[in-house]
Amino acid sequence: MKHLLSTADLSKDDALLLLDTAAQMAATQSRAIKKLPTLRGRTVVNLFFEDSTRTRISFEAAAKRLSADVINFSAKGSSVSKGESLKDTALTLHAMGADAVVVRHWASGAPYQLAHAGWLDAGVLNAGDGTHQHPTQALLDAFTIRRHLAGRRGGGDPDGVGADLAGLRVAIVGDVLHSRVARSNVALLRTLGAEVTLVSPPTLVPVGVETWPCRTSYDLDATLADWRPDAVMMLRVQRERMSGGTGGAFFPSPHEYTRYYGLDARRLAMLPDHAIVMHPGPMNRGLEISAEAADSERAVIVEQVANGVAVRMAALYLLLAGDPSAEGNDL
Amino acid sequence: MTTTGPTTYVLRRVRPLGGEPADVVLSGGVVAAVGAPGDVDAPRGAVEVDGAGHVLLPGLVDLHTHLREPGREDAETVASGTRAAAAGGFTAVHAMANTSPVADTAGVVEQVWRLGRDAGFVDVHPVGAVTVGLAGERLAELGAMAHSAARVRVFSDDGRCVDDPILMRRALEYVKAFDGVVAQHAQEPRLTEGAQMNEGVVSAEIGLAGWPAVAEEAIIARDVLLAEHVGSRLHVCHLSTAGSVEIVRWAKSRGIDVTAEVTPHHLVLTDELARTYDPTFKVNPPLRTAADVEAVRAGLADGTIDIVATDHAPHTREDKDCEWGAAAFGMTGLETALSVVQQTMVDTGRMTWADVARVLSVAPARIGRIGHAHGRPVAVGEPANLTLVDPAATRVVDGAAQATASGNTPFAGRELPGRVVATFLRGRATVLDGTVLDGTVLDAGARGAGVLDGPAAPAGVGAR
Ligand SMILES: [Zn+2]
Repeated sequence: MKHLLSTADLSKDDALLLLDTAAQMAATQSRAIKKLPTLRGRTVVNLFFEDSTRTRISFEAAAKRLSADVINFSAKGSSVSKGESLKDTALTLHAMGADAVVVRHWASGAPYQLAHAGWLDAGVLNAGDGTHQHPTQALLDAFTIRRHLAGRRGGGDPDGVGADLAGLRVAIVGDVLHSRVARSNVALLRTLGAEVTLVSPPTLVPVGVETWPCRTSYDLDATLADWRPDAVMMLRVQRERMSGGTGGAFFPSPHEYTRYYGLDARRLAMLPDHAIVMHPGPMNRGLEISAEAADSERAVIVEQVANGVAVRMAALYLLLAGDPSAEGNDL
Repeated sequence: MTTTGPTTYVLRRVRPLGGEPADVVLSGGVVAAVGAPGDVDAPRGAVEVDGAGHVLLPGLVDLHTHLREPGREDAETVASGTRAAAAGGFTAVHAMANTSPVADTAGVVEQVWRLGRDAGFVDVHPVGAVTVGLAGERLAELGAMAHSAARVRVFSDDGRCVDDPILMRRALEYVKAFDGVVAQHAQEPRLTEGAQMNEGVVSAEIGLAGWPAVAEEAIIARDVLLAEHVGSRLHVCHLSTAGSVEIVRWAKSRGIDVTAEVTPHHLVLTDELARTYDPTFKVNPPLRTAADVEAVRAGLADGTIDIVATDHAPHTREDKDCEWGAAAFGMTGLETALSVVQQTMVDTGRMTWADVARVLSVAPARIGRIGHAHGRPVAVGEPANLTLVDPAATRVVDGAAQATASGNTPFAGRELPGRVVATFLRGRATVLDGTVLDGTVLDAGARGAGVLDGPAAPAGVGAR
């Protein structure tokens, strides 16, 4: 694996290798000494064209626990604001000898361009691009789902190691149109055999969704009652979608959104007993998710954050450790 | 100023409009003789051009060219852009108004017109802005531009849509006074805020904000009804969707005086190319679906779409070597247009070379009201604005090798059929043996003749 740009590029074997490697990484994280020598001498650059402290520190922790040197490069100035161009930034990182570049960018496709334009040799790991993809988020979501639910089928590892997600049902609720989390999850969950239903107000479903490998619904209550999802993933609603500003409001009011698409105590009670509640964070409590739902025993939201580090360790390991120049190339 | 190069050419065994072979003599700026091969004597000193198998067309006329000067000479100048035009077989181009300053006054249009005349590669006909500064708030001085030395007949805010319906109505009405036409860039602005590519299956997947077909179609539908209501003529720029073709077809069936253009790129490229995130393929209106490509080809073949216009839009490398979302819209087209039309329409059997002459020369000349000088028949006494094409040649497009100052061709690396062998502007070769002739400055008599002498032919000549 040279790059990790989109979950749509992952075969089932690739995805399972990532998840199983993440399980090994997670096991090392319960040790007193969490740090592994695996990527000693390798340089990982966190290149962030968009603020995201959560994602950046997760990648930073992952890289450091593998003993990589980490450089944080915040390039808030974009070509739009006449700051340094993507190309010049890439050439700079190339000159610095970056082995892997973790890139977060406001522009869909920027990681793809970094990987394919011939500006640098490093492996490129997409940490979220525009409204396109956020593959490590989908991987940590799948990892979390598997850990909680795949073991239930019996026979295998209690944490689901080695297993796919066949037969599991995942409802993804909210602003699908602008969500890289939704796009990444639909592709990956499908590859792993799960069924997906997207639940959104019609204004927040992309035109063209009919070709996606999933169902769509405008009715959260009916989806919970009739389809009986094993996991419900609530998407964050951005404040700018609510006002009549540039693109116009996508729904009449935050109140109405919550009434039809928010996960509250009543809807929580409709879920099957084993079902889990997920959110990629940061949450808007009281909007897409109520405090009762966020703090309930079904919520695995904090665990998602912890699993994020393990999944990102796995991704960095698989991107970089194929190279014999890495020391201690084992776990 | 001296004339270099001969002024008399004998084109041997060429096929006018793809028809039977003939010998054609160009002398004194006009077609001096047309006869069966071998029947025409070469005048003393004439240059012989062996045109066996080559198609002779009236010089191409582009109704939609961005020459970027004044303001963005780093992307293109009138000189470099018209040189590219000549290389592509054009003898006249209409230079769009979205320069800096905007071509919204007599002064700016005359400046562009003079730069074109001085460059000498093609006749440059400036397009005037409809509204001051393209701001869409009040009409520019359309009359002053029409009555300037540049004799503007085509008005457009291209790059932006005249979306205010009352302003559009006024513009349509006002230009009737001088037989002008409003060329509309049909794009409902509210439906396309932040839009990056065609809205559909591909945009949904790759996460780029969608530019829906309805944003084009809604404006075209409104405009044809406005044109009908006030009895004006309307020109639709770069129509790109199947729905737009249907609306124009319906409007024409009602007798509405509307003409429409399609670009070469919309005849062949689709939104699948956005998957590369290569901003070379970012253009406005965006590349659409394969079904739209088929619809615009059918519309061009059946006459619903009147013309092919390039929307040649050069951009600097800095404006394209960046994120898709930050990149400029537009692609070059002057040097590939004829080849794309050949590939998509002629080689597929959907159009003849006579049809090519119609959609790339006769009709655009008529719409731009330059039909007295361009888009003329290949006949004795007609102005010798001609292009000679070798349809059997093929070439691989190389952006760096083109005459345009910018490299943003979407056809780079693609093999295209056809090659412009020669272009003649009032009998003088601007291209010969496939090479642009630089430094062959027009003699004073021939310079800008088609424009300066324009009033001899009333503006309405050639009107439909
Ligand atoms: Zn336009």
